This record gives sequence, C-alpha cells and structure tokens, in this order.
Amino acid sequence: MRVAVCIKQVPDTETKIKLKPDASGIDPTGIKWVMNPYDEFAVEEGIKLREGGKATQVIVFSVGPKARVVETLRTALAMGADEGVVVDAAEDLDPSLTAKALAKAIQAEGEFGLVLTGKLAIDDNLASVGQMLAEALQLPHATVVSKLEVGDSLTAEREVEGGSKEILSLQKPALIGANKGLNTPRYASLPGIMKAKKKVLKEHSLASLGLDASQAKVKHVAFALPADKPPVKMLDGDAAAQAKSLAGFLRNEAKVL
Amino acid sequence: MSKVLVFTEFAPGSNQAKKGALELLTATRQAGLHTQALVLGSGAQTVAQSLAGWGVKEAFVSDHADFDRYNPELFAEAVASAIRDSGAEVVLATSSMLARDLFPRVAARLDTAAVSDCTELKFSGSAPQVRRPLYAGKCSAEVSFMGSGPKMILMRANQLPVGEPTGGGAVQIKTIPSPSSQGLRSLIKDVVKGATGKLDLTEANIIVAGGRGLKEASNFKLLNDLADTCGATVGASRAVVDAGWVPHSMQVGQTGKTVAPSLYIAVGISGAIQHLAGMSGSKVIVAINKDANAPIFQKATYGIVGDLFDVVPALTTEFKSLLSQ
Repeated sequence: MRVAVCIKQVPDTETKIKLKPDASGIDPTGIKWVMNPYDEFAVEEGIKLREGGKATQVIVFSVGPKARVVETLRTALAMGADEGVVVDAAEDLDPSLTAKALAKAIQAEGEFGLVLTGKLAIDDNLASVGQMLAEALQLPHATVVSKLEVGDSLTAEREVEGGSKEILSLQKPALIGANKGLNTPRYASLPGIMKAKKKVLKEHSLASLGLDASQAKVKHVAFALPADKPPVKMLDGDAAAQAKSLAGFLRNEAKVL
Repeated sequence: MSKVLVFTEFAPGSNQAKKGALELLTATRQAGLHTQALVLGSGAQTVAQSLAGWGVKEAFVSDHADFDRYNPELFAEAVASAIRDSGAEVVLATSSMLARDLFPRVAARLDTAAVSDCTELKFSGSAPQVRRPLYAGKCSAEVSFMGSGPKMILMRANQLPVGEPTGGGAVQIKTIPSPSSQGLRSLIKDVVKGATGKLDLTEANIIVAGGRGLKEASNFKLLNDLADTCGATVGASRAVVDAGWVPHSMQVGQTGKTVAPSLYIAVGISGAIQHLAGMSGSKVIVAINKDANAPIFQKATYGIVGDLFDVVPALTTEFKSLLSQ
C-alpha cells in the first residue's frame, strides 16, 4: 500500500499578524513558516506505517507558493517521507481549488491505499480540504482521527462533540484527517536532512493540472485586526470580596449570568 | 424570492432544535427570506413542525434512525440531494463538528463553496455578508463568494441573537427518501461517550478553563464545581493537555478549539499567544491569576489577582447563591 500525505505551510503560532496596507491580506514580512501542526501527525503516521511494514512508500503533497512551500516538503522528506510533490499556486488558493489540485497531483502518482491530511490548518481554520479531496477522489473519509489501525480495512477512532469518541471501520482506500494524539511526530535528524536533499521533488503548476485560479469559489477580502479591548477592570479585596464583586458585575454590568 | 435552507440540528430525544439553529432561523426571519429547514434523524418530523414559529415554510425531513449517528457518506448524499431539491441559494448551518465535517464534502459534490467557523452574518437583501476569524482570531476577513452554486455558510454558535417564536402557519413537510446503507464504505462500530455529557466547547455559552496554575490534574475538580453552578463546559490550556492532565478535546487555542462563548473564565492560565488567539473572541473574559503581569489580563474584561485555590471556591459559592435566586 502506498500512502499520500497532504501538508500545508502556515505561519508559526507565535507569529504576530500584521496586515497589508490595502487590507487585502496579511503582511508576509518576518513570518516564520512551518508545517501545519496537524499535518505533522499525518506525516508521522505515514512514516510509521512504512516502518511497520504496512506501507511501501510515502509521498507528500503540498499546494502553495513553490519558493517557500518546498521547505516544508523538505522537512517532511527529512522526517522520512520518500518523495515530494509541489503544486505551485498563490498562497490564498481556496479549499475547493486546493482539493482539486491535490486530487490531480495524487492521481498523477498512481494508486494509494491511504490519503492522510491534518484535521484542519491553523491559518484559515476552514477544515475543508480533506473532505473535499475525499469527494474528488471518491474515497470514504474520517476526520479528527486520534487513533488508526491499518489492516485489510481501517479502524479509526475520532473525536466528536463533548469529548465522545466514535470507532469507525473504513474500507481502503480512504482519507484520514489526523488529530493530536494520533502519534508523536519525530524531529528531522541531521542524516535525515542530508538524505532529504537527494529525494525526488516533483513540480506541477495549476495550469499543468488543467486548473486555473479563476475556478476558486471563495476569497478572503477586507482583512481587519480585532478592535482594541477596553482596559481590564481589576477587582480588589480578599477572595470572598473579589468573588462577590465579580458575580455582581457578570450579572448586572456584563449581563452574562 | 430567494430561498435559504437551514440545516437544523437537534439533540437526540429532545425534539427541539439546538440554539445555534434558532440563531440562524432568527437571522433569516429578520431578513424576510423564504426559509426552509433540513432536519435529519429520529424525531425530525416533530422538530420540523416546531419550526413554524421561526418562519420556516418548508422542511426537508428524514425521520430515520440511520441519521441518529453521523455517517459522512449517508449524510452527504441526503444533504446534497435536499439542497438540489430546495433550490436554495444560501445554506446555513451551525459550525458544529458534524457540519464542519459534512459540508465541505457536500460543497465539493455540488462544486460550490462552504465556509466554516463564521462569526458575523448579515443579509443585504438576500445576499449574505459574512466575516470570519483567521489565524485563530489574530485578524478577520470578509468572505467573497465567487461562482454560481449555493453558498454554504457555517456559523459559530453564540454569535447571533435568538428571537421568540411567533404564531406562524404550518410547516410543509417534504420527506427525503429513506437512506440506503448499502454500499457504504465507512461504518460506525461503537461510540464511547465522553464523561461530561456537557455541551462541546465550540457550542458552550460559558467556559471555565484551567492552566498550569492549577498545579495538578486533580485540581480540575475546582473548575468542575464552578462549571456545574452555571452549566459551563470546562476547557484547558495547551500546557496542561501536553502534560496529560486532561484530554486534547478540552484544549482551547490555535492548536485546540477556537471558542467564543458569552463568558470565558480563565483560571491559572498565563495567556500564551496561541491560547489568546483561540479565546479572545469571547464576549466577556475573566482572568484569575496570581501574577498581575500575566498577558491574559490584557485580553480580560475583569481581572482578579489572587490565589485561585481561594478565589475559585469563593466564586462557586457566589454563583450558587446568585443562580439559585
């Protein structure tokens, strides 16, 4: 079985977000780009399956501006993935077009028994590409998966509302969206980083996949920073007095109790 | 008149639409839109009929136990076909875990757009105007829809007011053909119930969240006690999830859940940037921390500098007496 892993490059969670002067997007100056944290679980799972003899090959796919996205693909290759495929595209490509591009890039590499993604990307939080990709590839899917067993079929444990868990059985091939808890992603080792430099990294453009940016369904516009909060109201006194005045404010001023 | 379809979730056995759905129906009624509902699962018929007072004209219904558990393939088929039949130009749903999983798949099937986790919704005539947070609330943006298919908008719960039901006429029920579970490639084998039975963090109206200041896992009991007084859901910072004190399902932040309750009480949480990003959309924020310089106070509405082991029990007592009145 071959495994396809789809990854996205996102700003590090410690990044302070600034906007472009025309509010058309974020100012990329000084941003540290990293692999989407949930995608790290997907990459690790793919590599673990190959190491455990359940998978024969792990190919990582990413869509975005080639010049920087290849760094994240190299990170996945340094962790142990076998090959990388980049689809060069604008950074704000919408989920619909991203999923179509991934589907075509994956199909160009042949048959896969398992497609892994993160459950969502922490930049736009849309949590859409995985399910859209599953639809494009006509695969069953499960997202928010924190445990996966691979045999003739897949057994996936996924988190649902209120901390409950569903245990699902899926036929292969299938798409799985990884959640925290699935595994502990490894760091790239120095030998891994050296090896990664020699691994195959293929390139596509949207055009070479028969797509173009005008097919997007949504775009984020009119970006804004959150309004400044009024200064905090500090409550004094001993614990009992603080508790009493807080309860009063919540009931009478904020009206949330 | 342009039509809008509201995907109406309800708690099994309750026969009542969830608050999030009523928020959406309040908005469409206010905008004077021709509103249809889509209701799936045992009791759907009763729920659908209860929506007359919310301005619902027609409801697409499958009162079938196969929809009591979420199955992406089964739901996608039923929802996609109901959307086609409805002729709706806009589809609204609460950005629940179910809807977030389902609607992108449906959107791909219909080759249209689905945007989840939206926090602002207005109608200009029948055209929806939508904003949503990005980078876990470090900024926000308006959603511009392109293409011609129905626009699917998933709204975060607790963002819109709920009105009162009015008289209303009867809801015309359109029965969706019974689902066929033949050929399904994914099946739920088992469901392990969470311990709490409380609302999910993403739907909760009040959240009490704890961090490293609690010193050890067993001290989350203090937060559970406080939460029980006001029907709150308990959350946690990444630090204590990583330490294994509580499950990841309880993590609030950019790598956990992005939440926006009416009231967020942060206990012993210093306020790392990735935590603040996940909760700063809350309407009212209370910070309880022994360190007066903790970053959490910059986001807070009310701040208490003090020992949480004194303050939280005192607050539990206050809330109890206040809410029993």
